[in-house]
Amino acid sequence: MTTDLQSNWYPIASSSDLPKRHVYQAQLLGREFAVWRADDGYVNVWENRCLHRGVRLSIGINNGTELRCQYHGWRYANRTAGCTYIPAHPADAPARTICNNTYPAQEAYGLVWAGELAVGELPAIDGFESATVLRPVPIMAPQKMVNQALLGYAWDDTCESAENSDGSVTITATDGSAVRVFVQPVDSNHSVARALYNRKVAGEERIALLKRHSWLMQELRDRTETQAARQETPAPYEPVIAKVSEDLVDIPAISVDGRKADLRVQVARKEMTADGIASLRLEAIKDQLPTFQPGAHIDVHLPNGLVRQYSVTNGPGETDHYTIGVKREPDSRGGSVAIHDTVGEGDVLAISAPRNNFPLRRDAVHTIFIAGGIGVTPLIAMARALNAQGLEFEFHYFVQSDDHVAFKRELSEFEGALNIHKGQSPKETGETLTEVLANPGYARHVYICGPGPMLEATRQIAADKGWADEAVHFEYFKNTTELDDSNSFEIDLARSAMTLTVPAGKSILDVLRENGINMSSSCEQGACGTCRCGVIEGDVIHQDVYLSDGEKAEGRSIMTCVSRAASNRLILDI
Amino acid sequence: MSCHDRILLDDWHAVADLEQLKSGAHLKTELFERVLKVSIQPNGMPAVTLCAEGRDLPVQVKYGFVWTSLGTPDRGIIDIPEALEADRYLVSGGSFPVKVSGLRVVENFLDMGHFPFVHTGWLGEEPHTEVAPYQVELTSDDEIIATECFFHQPVASPTADGGIEVEYKYRVYRPYIVALYKTNPLYPDRMDYIVLFIQPVGPESCVVHNMLCYIKEGMSEPDIRWFMQLIFAQDKPILENQIPRRLPLDPRAETPIRADKVAILYRRWLRDHDVNYGAIPAA
Repeated sequence: MTTDLQSNWYPIASSSDLPKRHVYQAQLLGREFAVWRADDGYVNVWENRCLHRGVRLSIGINNGTELRCQYHGWRYANRTAGCTYIPAHPADAPARTICNNTYPAQEAYGLVWAGELAVGELPAIDGFESATVLRPVPIMAPQKMVNQALLGYAWDDTCESAENSDGSVTITATDGSAVRVFVQPVDSNHSVARALYNRKVAGEERIALLKRHSWLMQELRDRTETQAARQETPAPYEPVIAKVSEDLVDIPAISVDGRKADLRVQVARKEMTADGIASLRLEAIKDQLPTFQPGAHIDVHLPNGLVRQYSVTNGPGETDHYTIGVKREPDSRGGSVAIHDTVGEGDVLAISAPRNNFPLRRDAVHTIFIAGGIGVTPLIAMARALNAQGLEFEFHYFVQSDDHVAFKRELSEFEGALNIHKGQSPKETGETLTEVLANPGYARHVYICGPGPMLEATRQIAADKGWADEAVHFEYFKNTTELDDSNSFEIDLARSAMTLTVPAGKSILDVLRENGINMSSSCEQGACGTCRCGVIEGDVIHQDVYLSDGEKAEGRSIMTCVSRAASNRLILDI
Repeated sequence: MSCHDRILLDDWHAVADLEQLKSGAHLKTELFERVLKVSIQPNGMPAVTLCAEGRDLPVQVKYGFVWTSLGTPDRGIIDIPEALEADRYLVSGGSFPVKVSGLRVVENFLDMGHFPFVHTGWLGEEPHTEVAPYQVELTSDDEIIATECFFHQPVASPTADGGIEVEYKYRVYRPYIVALYKTNPLYPDRMDYIVLFIQPVGPESCVVHNMLCYIKEGMSEPDIRWFMQLIFAQDKPILENQIPRRLPLDPRAETPIRADKVAILYRRWLRDHDVNYGAIPAA
């Protein structure tokens, strides 16, 4: 029985229950929902509890793009309900599998409809295309009893009622006016009658209509509740709370998904955002795009077989697309040229889910962003996230000229925090950076992304000025290190209890894959950090540009795509 | 649902604040859904009667509270040396009824991550939200201790002046008794002490009795009470909005993070001791 009920669509709220930035608490078949509308109009119907400690999300904060839990400030994205930020661990990217339970929802006829297991579209309600929503009436009685009572509902002598196949009741008068009532089963002994009147009326006429039906519904309610009180009260529904996924039980969770391109997106818009830089808006062909975090990149599998990484520039809650920026590289090996010359609007691309190896801390009192050229893209997403939270930052963007300034509209959001430095020579750039980085301090952080030489120079200046290694975060576009893969060594896999040999000419990552061990990777040149693995014992020859000098000296992790053992053996935490 | 956990039935539980009891003739309260009458006898000693059977229950007075047991206690009430130190106040912040399992209250008490969001401007503030790694251990006395817990706080105590990095130490003595030690702003080498004696009224409701042992210097009793009430009044609406009201012990029921290390051990410790009252047992 319950299963049938679960597969139906029911109205659970009026559209007017979802004013801007509000979170409405609804309930269906004993299960509570947090219902909220994002600023882009999308209506989210989620289980009313934060996955962390079960606190109701209906007491959370709707900031227009994300819902924030009141207890620990966890943020969940519009549409996907994926967790985008865990403030207790600001340096970590949340595991992508932390995702709240969402339910099918539709907004139509002035009502919000949901069903625990509803499928397909909400059936059309003929004759109510232009309707007035009547005042919902809660009734402490089982849904069936209310439906039965509604068959006797009438506002004049000519009214005739009939039950529809979906269980709702339509009452029609000979003058053509009609009311269709849907009964929302809140719980086994608690219903809400939600009714539509088949004409759009306004002003005085609407008030009179609402009053009249409120009065009649109140009479129906009294009768029905009296009848229900005479019967034995049915046991309340006990909705099962779904368990979180297995991989979240042990902490921290690390996702393993290899270099896959599971998603198919369509280029919805392609335009030149600056001289030599194209911006591409990618939209899902079906289903929802996975949650991204500021700093995340996606792998784009190009029609020519190449795989390239591009940072997502989206602001918080922009979950219906990813926007990336692609610079035409003069010495391109075919990646950026393919995007510029052959990919067009309407084309379909295979991409990976976003991965975040450049996470943004949001516990800084001040954050400095330093972008060089196309390196601006991940920093735009980061600064937009801080901006939305009202956290303090400054944004320095080094470009050749005004024509090279990409994403001007997004940058304009930063107002006074934005500093565009145009046409500076390397020496002038160094002087500017020396000023910008003059004051390291407690809870101050720097994020750098740009061409290799500028990145090196900036890191050096930061170090000279006394910035701690942990406060300087960076992302290289590519690894220009001359790679040496001439030695051979053994790797012990501590968790898998295997010993493997890595011969000359092969990477650790290659050997792991050959032996059926699934290891995520993305750029496969030591720049992005995806294939990072813990080192329990042994010395490492680091050939990547992802780890900081401090992390390299510590020797506790290795980029398995390029780095190798300095000793005969490495024990890896895998 | 009645309580079948021997470890709970055979333990002492605080059921009344003696000062409050003296101001009225008697009070009715519940322990594990059994109605109790707590009264003052002519000799000034309190008595506890199990109403349904008219049976007198064992009684002790300690730390200003009346304690009783529904079973046969095989151990005493916990020892709190701080309560005997002459230069400390012993203040109750009040006995707070809360519509949630007492085990959820313990877990909330052990949690630092909520400070910036629930106790904004007092025990924490954005953007200082990070919970740094800390140590957790199960002692040979079967208590849970969490140490090296540091957190940035704007107003850590009634006398604190400006933000400081505060050090906490947490201690779970019994399933429903939890305490914390916290940096005293005037004496870096001594710590203020707060303990919760939680009375399990039902599986989804409790009364939170508490005792605050603050070093007297620079502090007044009304300020201590006011601060405790302020902080608890911020916790209460969060606690009462937790679904389910009972604490789930299945590891897959909720999503722990590193900051929850002490809570993870607490849930496991409850499982290992077969504490089911106020919990949803792991399948």
